[in-house]
Amino acid sequence: MSDVPLNPGDAVRSPPRPRTRRDAQFDRIRDREAARQGTKLRGGRFLSKFLNNRLAVVGLVIFASIILLSLAAPLIAQHDPKSPNLRAMLDPPSAEHWFGTDRTGRDIFARVLYGGRVSILVGLGSALLSALIGVVIGVYSGYVGGWLDWVAMRISEIFMSFPQIILVLLLVAILGQSLLNLIVIFTLTGWGGIYRMARARMLSIREEEYVQALRSFGLGPARIAYKHMLPNALGPIMVNITLSTAAFILQEAGLSFLGLGVPMSVPTWGNILNAAQDLRLLENAWWVWLPVGATISLFVLSVNFIGDGLRDATDPSQQG
Amino acid sequence: MQPSEPILRLRDVHVHFPIKGGVFKRTKDHVRAVDGVDLDVYKGEVLGLVGESGCGKTTLGKAILQLVRATGGSVTYHGDAGETELTTLDDAGLFPFRKRLQIVFQDPHSSLNPAYTIFGSLEDPLRHYGVRSRAERRKIVGDLLEAVNMRREAMDRYPHEFSGGQRQRIGIARALSIEPELIVCDEAVSALDVSIQAQVLQLLMDLKREKQLTYVFITHDLSVTEYLCDRIAVMYLGRIVELCDAEELFANTLHPYTEALLSAIPVADLDRKSERIVLEGDVPSPVNPPSGCPFHPRCRYAQDVCRTDVPALRPYRTAAGGEHLAACHLIDQPPAD
Ligand SMILES: Nc1ncnc2c1ncn2[C@@H]1O[C@H](COP(=O)(O)OP(=O)(O)OP(=O)(O)O)[C@@H](O)[C@H]1O
Ligand SMILES: [Mg+2]
Repeated sequence: MSDVPLNPGDAVRSPPRPRTRRDAQFDRIRDREAARQGTKLRGGRFLSKFLNNRLAVVGLVIFASIILLSLAAPLIAQHDPKSPNLRAMLDPPSAEHWFGTDRTGRDIFARVLYGGRVSILVGLGSALLSALIGVVIGVYSGYVGGWLDWVAMRISEIFMSFPQIILVLLLVAILGQSLLNLIVIFTLTGWGGIYRMARARMLSIREEEYVQALRSFGLGPARIAYKHMLPNALGPIMVNITLSTAAFILQEAGLSFLGLGVPMSVPTWGNILNAAQDLRLLENAWWVWLPVGATISLFVLSVNFIGDGLRDATDPSQQG
Repeated sequence: MQPSEPILRLRDVHVHFPIKGGVFKRTKDHVRAVDGVDLDVYKGEVLGLVGESGCGKTTLGKAILQLVRATGGSVTYHGDAGETELTTLDDAGLFPFRKRLQIVFQDPHSSLNPAYTIFGSLEDPLRHYGVRSRAERRKIVGDLLEAVNMRREAMDRYPHEFSGGQRQRIGIARALSIEPELIVCDEAVSALDVSIQAQVLQLLMDLKREKQLTYVFITHDLSVTEYLCDRIAVMYLGRIVELCDAEELFANTLHPYTEALLSAIPVADLDRKSERIVLEGDVPSPVNPPSGCPFHPRCRYAQDVCRTDVPALRPYRTAAGGEHLAACHLIDQPPAD
């Protein structure tokens, strides 16, 4: 190659070299980079990162299907979830009863579908509501500290030290048995945990120098706390929401079993599972507990995946 | 450069942090992070603030900006509209002065918000100071980044995509964004490696000339101050023990602590005798400072008077006719007053 002159001018005059596969590859990379620079909007970047996370998308699909199926229960289920059928008690799964029937001959498939409505509302609703309260209070009081923080802390301690069962009895005595009660109770007893976690995160972020810098500009505490600090505390909050969703779904079952939650006749995932608490059923009639259990697990898992995906999508140091 | 008029005047500033403990969270004791500092900062100067780790430099810098509130003493700002006492102002009252005073932080890794792009971090202060249109904010942030030798496009990237030196320059850009008069540089280059240090220092000096800034330059490294400070204040355990022009400090050291600090600088000059004075023992705790002169337990000249009496910061005459403040009982020249 010694006869090739090392002169940049010659290179310009020489005919263009044929394009190779490498070139095409580089072009594609450059296009992609340009495209990513185009998505300057935070929302666009956030969404594309979330959708690039395979588990999160799987979670979203499962989550959406379970909710849609529950909402469309009257269209899908061919049986009434509440009416017993004494001629078909504990039937195994068949073409007629997809998930079999329970001890009083009610169609389990229909019960799981209808049950999802209540359970998801209670579980997800209470988790989101308590997260909302806990985060709104914890983020602000953790940042500003002082007497406000002291008062919020004492209040949360009061709520957390109340035995849940007493609160439940109290509310049931006053308002009667209802679904709303459950959400109120779970929110009242549940917000303290998220509040404390959000507060603790804020206490550690508060000393970071970027927060000091914002203060040195005289920005208001609400703006610093909610806009600039909260995004950095989101990870553990997401995880907490997914965990408490699962916990609330199971707790609903416990309270309903005691006759304090939703009436036993109303199908909920918890009620269905409770009905299977019998050694004979566990051993001989797997269809009474397995489909519900699997549905609950799937749902909780999907919420988990979504939470993880959201957390990763909000973390800019993870490439999307 | 002979100082002109003061821009900032600190008188007997104390910052004591309570230590809470026991069953009822009572205040048991105090960390005397800053313990009686008198200091004038003159317009257009670079005032170095040196001292070992934990001697209260950062706390003093934050007290100047009212990021921590002084528990005693006064911080007055001297502006066109006369003097203003800052320590008694509330947030609303401080607002107009926030614009005058800014800070560049020590740790480039925690000085930028990881959740936002550079533009996202820098635009909020601008909006707060009345730049309404987004296009204009983008233009200002772009200009600022160019002023610190970075590319405009950097504003749409996240902090983790930058090196320490770049982040420090972004921190400088942020401090400049509202056109302050005085910038506290808290160990602004300490976390960077030497070649980057020189770059950032050069940048700071260029900006100072361009924008007529005043710096309070905090560092634990005396060799950096020699190169860029007009005056140097040496801090020990929350107090200033020596304060004078930079050349004077290096030529005619009065305080034994400064002497020890200076002896730790590696010298390239073979003529200069370099006897390394090793300070024995640790920095005493700012919770229970020693009686008398706070430096006496580590001072190789210490005598009885040092153990009992606190030395005052007294002025001495310099060869050039300037002022040289030092707090030591054992200086063998008479004080100037
Ligand atoms: N918020 C606080 N609460 C309690 N004590 C504090 C607080 N901030 C600082 N201190 C204490 O005050 C003293 C001075 O700290 P400061 O950060 O000002 O030192 P420094 O000179 O900047 O040290 P370095 O060179 O390591 O940055 C230290 O003993 C420190 O532990
Ligand atoms: Mg410091």
